[in-house]
Formats: sequence, C-alpha cells, structure tokens
Amino acid sequence: MTTHTGQMFDTEELVINMGPQHPSTHGVLRVVLRLDGERVVSSDVVIGYLHRGIEKLSENRNWTQIILLTDRMDYVAAATNNVGYCETVEKLMQLEVPRRARYIRTAICELQRIASHCLWLGTHAMDIGAMTVFLYAFRERELILDLFEEYCGARLTYNSMRIGGLPLDIPVGWDKKVLEFCNIMSEKVDEYEELLTHNRIWLERTRGVGVISAEQAIAIGLSGPPLRGSGVARDVRKDEPYAAYDEMKFEVPIGTNGDTYDRYLVRLEEFRQSIKIIRQSIEGLPEGPIVGKVPRLIKPAVGETYHAIESPKGELGYFIVSDGKSTNPYRFRVRPPSFCNLQALPQLIKGHMVADVVALIGSIDVVLGEVDR
Amino acid sequence: MPGAVTQLSFYVGDWTVIVPADKLIEAGRFLRDTPETAFDFCSDVTASDWPPRAQRFDVIYCLYSTRHRHRVRLKVRAGDNEPVPSVSVIWPAANWLEREVYDLFGVNFVGHPDRRRILMPEDWQGFPQRKDYPLEGPGELLMESPLDWLRLKQAREESEIE
Amino acid sequence: MIDTYLIPLLKILFVLNATLVGVTYMVLLERKVIAWVQVRLGPMRVGPYGVLQPIADAVKLILKEDITPTRADKWVFTAAPIIVMVPALITFAVIPFGPVVNLFGRQVPLYITDVNVGLLYIVSVASIGVYGIILGGWASNSKFPLLASLRASAQLISYEVAVTMTLVSMIMTAGTLSMVKIVESQYNAHLWFIFVQPVAFVLFFIGGLAETNRAPFDMAEAEQELTGGFHTEYSGMRFALFFLAEYANMIVVSSVATTLFLGGWLRPFPNIAALSFLGIIPSWMWFLLKTFVFLYIFLWVRATLPRYRYDQLMRLGWKVLIPVAIANVVVTGIVMVLF
Repeated sequence: MTTHTGQMFDTEELVINMGPQHPSTHGVLRVVLRLDGERVVSSDVVIGYLHRGIEKLSENRNWTQIILLTDRMDYVAAATNNVGYCETVEKLMQLEVPRRARYIRTAICELQRIASHCLWLGTHAMDIGAMTVFLYAFRERELILDLFEEYCGARLTYNSMRIGGLPLDIPVGWDKKVLEFCNIMSEKVDEYEELLTHNRIWLERTRGVGVISAEQAIAIGLSGPPLRGSGVARDVRKDEPYAAYDEMKFEVPIGTNGDTYDRYLVRLEEFRQSIKIIRQSIEGLPEGPIVGKVPRLIKPAVGETYHAIESPKGELGYFIVSDGKSTNPYRFRVRPPSFCNLQALPQLIKGHMVADVVALIGSIDVVLGEVDR
Repeated sequence: MPGAVTQLSFYVGDWTVIVPADKLIEAGRFLRDTPETAFDFCSDVTASDWPPRAQRFDVIYCLYSTRHRHRVRLKVRAGDNEPVPSVSVIWPAANWLEREVYDLFGVNFVGHPDRRRILMPEDWQGFPQRKDYPLEGPGELLMESPLDWLRLKQAREESEIE
Repeated sequence: MIDTYLIPLLKILFVLNATLVGVTYMVLLERKVIAWVQVRLGPMRVGPYGVLQPIADAVKLILKEDITPTRADKWVFTAAPIIVMVPALITFAVIPFGPVVNLFGRQVPLYITDVNVGLLYIVSVASIGVYGIILGGWASNSKFPLLASLRASAQLISYEVAVTMTLVSMIMTAGTLSMVKIVESQYNAHLWFIFVQPVAFVLFFIGGLAETNRAPFDMAEAEQELTGGFHTEYSGMRFALFFLAEYANMIVVSSVATTLFLGGWLRPFPNIAALSFLGIIPSWMWFLLKTFVFLYIFLWVRATLPRYRYDQLMRLGWKVLIPVAIANVVVTGIVMVLF
C-alpha cells in the first residue's frame, strides 16, 4: 500500500511496547516494536531489568563463594554455570579433577540440559498456543528437580560444584533413579514429538519464521542451538571437550534452514542425545575420589583465562583475572549465551508479524537472569 | 602477523596478543580474513580496570575460529577517555558486547553504531564496574532506613516545586 | 388458551434457565476437562470436586467494581455484550430437543417452536452477534481493542461464508429448512446425515470452531497477543456476559451440529426394532448426550492444538474452506440429480 501523504490515507508506523511484564514467561524483557500494519519494521530490545551486578559482587567474594552467585544467572540450568566457573578456575590453577568427578559433572550437565530444554519446550509451545505441552514438559522437569534435590538438597540453585571436584558424592541408589528417569524421558520425548512435530498448525507457525543463514549467525555471535539450527556444526562439547565429554559418544544435531522449526528439531534431538550421554556416564561411572588436590585457600597465581562450556542456551564463557594477592578474583566476567543470542532478535523479527515475535523470543531461548546478570 | 604487536603471551593454554588501539581494526581484520587464522566468531568483548596504571582499561576481545577451532585473545590498553575503535564493523556480534563495556566501564568506543547504555538505566551517571565505584552504589542513594526514602521523596518534591 | 400461551411460556422459561445454567457450568467443564488433559485436577475446593465453582465465579463477577472508561460511549459500551449474548440465547427457540411427547396427558412438542425456515433463522440471528463484537471494540474508545475487534469480526464473517455454504449442502440433502423436519428426514433416510455428508460435517465443525473464536482460531482473545482483544476494557458482569456468550455460541453450534448430522433426538439406528431397548433413554437425553460429545471435542481441541496466526487463519478460511464448501455443494447437487 503506497503512502499518499496529504490525501486520504496517511500510513504511519505504530510503535508498540512489549513491556517488561509479559504473559509469556520469559522474564523482564522489553521489546519496542515499530509496526507497519502487522509487520515489524524495526525493533529495539531493552534489557537490564534484572541486572544485579553479579560481576561486581564477585570481586568482593572469595573464589568459593562465587559459586553461589553463578547459580543465579541462568537459574533454569544452574549446575551448568557452576561447572563452567569451576572448570575455569581449575584451568587457571591447573588443577586435576578426578575421573569420577568429571563423569558425575557430565551427568549433571546433561540432566540440566534436559531440564532447561523441558522448560524451553513448555514455554515455547505455550506461546504458540499449545497449552498442554507446557504441563507435560514441567512434569518431566519435576522429575529432574527431584533427582537434584536428592543429590544436593536444592531444586533450583544448586551450589553443587566445588573447585577441584564435587562437594558431595552421589547418594546410594541415585544412579539407578537416573537411569530409570532416562527410560521415562525417552518415552516422553516421543510423546512431545507426536504432539507437535508433524502438527500442521505447528509447522505453519514455525516453518520459515525467523530464518538466519549460517554466515549471519556466526557474524552476529549466535551460539548453541540457534547456531546449530542454521547449519553450523559448532558445539563446545565436541570442539573443546571439557569434563568427561571426550570419552562420551554422542552426536550433535544440526539443522538446515535456520528457521524456528529447525531450532525446535535441534533441541528435541538434543533431548535424546543427552539421555544417551547420561546413560553412558552413569553406567560407566568409575570409582575414585570426588575432589582433586586443592589447596585449602584458593589463590590462583597472577594470570587470566577464558574458558567456555556448552550450556543449554549456547556457549557459556567465563573470563577470570586473578592478581595473585587477594582471595577474591580481580575481574570476573561471564559471557552469557542468552545475551549474545538476544542480539540477533531485531534481525530475526524484521519483516515478521507481531504474533511471530513471541515465537522467536521463545525460539532463541533467553533467560533474563543470564542476559542481565 | 603485522609488525604492530606489542606483546605476545601464552598462559595455561591461551594465546594473548596485545596491540595498540590504533592498530586494532587492522589486526582484527587480519585475524578474521587470513585463512590460517580465520577468527570469524567474536566470543566476548570485555574490559578490566587497573586503576594505578595510566592506561587503566584493558579491553579484551576473545576470538574463536569455527574452522580451525582455536582461540585467541586480543588485548588493547586504553586510558580514561582514549578512543578505541569499535570492532562491530568486523564482527557484528561485538555490538551489544561493546555497549556493555561502555555502560559498565565508560570506555570510549569510536564508530559504534549505537552507543547507549544497555544494562543500566539510560540516565545513570557513573560507570559501575570501575574499581573506584562503590559496591553499595552512589552514596547519596544509600537507603538504610525507611526515613531515608521519605527524606529523598521530600527533597525531590521540593526541588520540583522550585 | 393454555396451549397457545402458557405452555410456550413455560417452555421458554425452562429452556432459558437450562441454557444459562448450562453455560455457567460450561465454564467449570472447560476448566476440568483441560485440567485432566494436562495432568492436573482443575477446581477442587469450592464444593465437592469443585462443583460449586461457577457459583463462586458468578458471585465474584457480580460484586466486581463496574468500570467504564471515561471517554467510552456509555450506552454502546453497555449494549455490546448484550448484543452478543441475546442472539446466542434466542437461537434456542428453534432447536428441537425431542419429538412430540406425552406430558401430563397433553401432546407437548419438545421444542419451543417449529419455524419452517429454522436453519435460516439460526444463521441470520448468529450474524447479529458479530455487531456486538465490533461495537464492543468501538465503544472502548481505545486503539488496541478496536483493531482486535475488527480482526475478530473479519474472522467471523469469513468463516460464516464457509459455514453457510456447508449448510446449503445440508439443506439440499434434507430437502427442508425446518430443524424438526431435518431430524425427521434423517429418520426417513435410515441414516444420520454424518454418513451422507462427511465432508460437510468436518467443514461445519472447523467453521464452528472459528465462529465461536475457539482454539485453534482464538487469536483474537489470546493472552499472548499484545492486546487483550476486544474485551480489554471490560470488567465485571459485562466481561462475564462476553464470555458466557462465547460458551452459549458453543452450545448453539453443538446443538445445530447434532441436529443436522447426528440425528438430533433419534437414538442410534432408530428404524431397527431390535434395538428398541435403547428407547429407555428418552429422546432429549440422546440429544443432550450428542451435544455433550461435541462440546467435549471443542474442549479437547483447545487443549491440544496450537494457535493459528491471524493471516494463516484467514487464508485457511478463504482459500481452503470456502472452495471445499462450494465444491461440496456442487457434488451434492450432481449426486442428487443423478440418483
């Protein structure tokens, strides 16, 4: 529709604010949209509503206390943050983590991946309208949270890692429960697939929505399932193995088109691969100590390092600077995957309709705790 | 490598390259475009504040190559208001990351398409992550009792009336 | 005297009351059914198993503060929910709940009246409901409800075309517009019309979902949409009226589908005498059971399927349903001429 200024129709852009409070459960994110009719012309993402200054706080806490703070960033998959931080400090101090601890860390990371993807699936499906999947996915997430509660006593913020290993060994019978859970989960993933993957309405809502090519994805800094959905074979677990991933056999699902449907399929396949990894790590759990040789007072020498792990949202990196003198880090920096993935949102929603914006926010899978820290 | 490198170091498995600020864009382009290095993924842009030094900020760029799967860290030293060219022309991923460094440290990025605060409110004064910024926040807003809120509100109302 | 005035009056009162109670309990039914699909229990506290929940909801809504936006058009603002509710209720005048039965020594037909253009009456009256939605959005005097109400009305009008085309093929099959005679013609044909016109049944059901703004066609009232839809500014009893009108529309669509496709009050296999023990269940009970099946399918679909985007919804209506409906009419005509 052309604009005849001064004559009958004067089309101007509508500015709409998808405010910090949403019905869809993504956290306090604000997107200011400029619409031309139904289509988004441009948008601006405003974040910072959940900024708690974790980086600054960490400069005043000693190295072990920071593990507590890292829980609260990506609160959906808290143990992954813990593992990332501990691994970075261990890299800085060149500590050796015993094999048993590495296997358990792998199992816990993969359990967190399943838990985080359950939440993603539930909220994403609910945004697109399939309300029931939300409750089914949370039913499985409850099972995982029960497992964690048995292991470390908390359901959401675990504080379940220590520098050099783990604080607690797994309780008796926990490994059998985990294996049982794996059996249950494989059936449930098939159930989710049945409900959504070939559903005509789901396909229409997600196919071709938010397409981003591989080069654009790398340039804009996407990582994790959004990057793999665009066809780039990059997974920190394969490229730079940490914990016990070098001893695990698993595949990394890659998408082809880079649209929302492919990202959905990638994450769904990651469910299955995670179940495979958990089975391998629990069945092959070696005996041994769970903490390595760690000095009483953790004081790394002068230096800095950057270490990345694969969190469910993408590449979670920690950059730590130590000045060798104090018991606190000099600089503690988190590279949050959700923050960098969210950068791509204005590019993704350009030209799409308002109803797709919510679907795309869900497809990128942001956790505001991580974005804002 | 172009002959602009100030320092090269290797520690616990990471390579770090320090370049002067004016050679940053050149070095970045070189790292991205050379086939042997091919650093096409900008993982992280962050900064570190070393107050006693004249050039107090260390702006750090963590780069990763998806093809060769190796990492490198590029470091630039900058002073309080010294301009640092923005690498968002080379890696668009650096856009928000540089905004955050500007927001929290006050590093002066030149050529950035959208230099605004990202995490703090738009009209915030001060740069929180600097070492001389107090952990509890700026002093006059330190609320320790309910009466402080009341006093602040009254002060605001009085200043509005004037 | 009694026959012309008292009995119809009693019937009207009875049907109105039953409908309003039914509509109120539809709220509870929806919450319960969706909850059971989602591995939850639904309302359980108010009354045994939550049975008194609708009464609690009604009391809450009546006691709510009655807010009218200042610049809203007051009369139209109040009238809009009424304009949506009334057509849904008056449709029940022609829906046959059962045949002529013997009550207290009188021959009483179990329907309020038998208009010989019953189906046409239903379609026309249902169209008036659309006005209420447009007026609701307009009277709120606010950008977003207006846009949302225009969208909702566009959706309703488009799907009405498809539904009416479907009904045309049903009229051709049954040979009459009167609701009572449609049921009787199913008796004469020894077959429920769902077996004669399966395509029309599917089309009618999908069109019915869209007509009543139910999932998967409920973009106009979805909470994840930016705006709250045309009823953003409504609160309290007016809001309740909008929602009860939606459930009343659902019951109307279900009743019409039962009458047209499932044989109305007829028991299964009405002509086979061997199954006459099924006659223990009275005819109106069969009608209610069949309507209930449809209502359950409405709720089941809502719990299961995601939501269509607005443009996909319109494309489905215009590019898929209407051509199929017209093709159905043509095929019906050809078949009727040939046989």
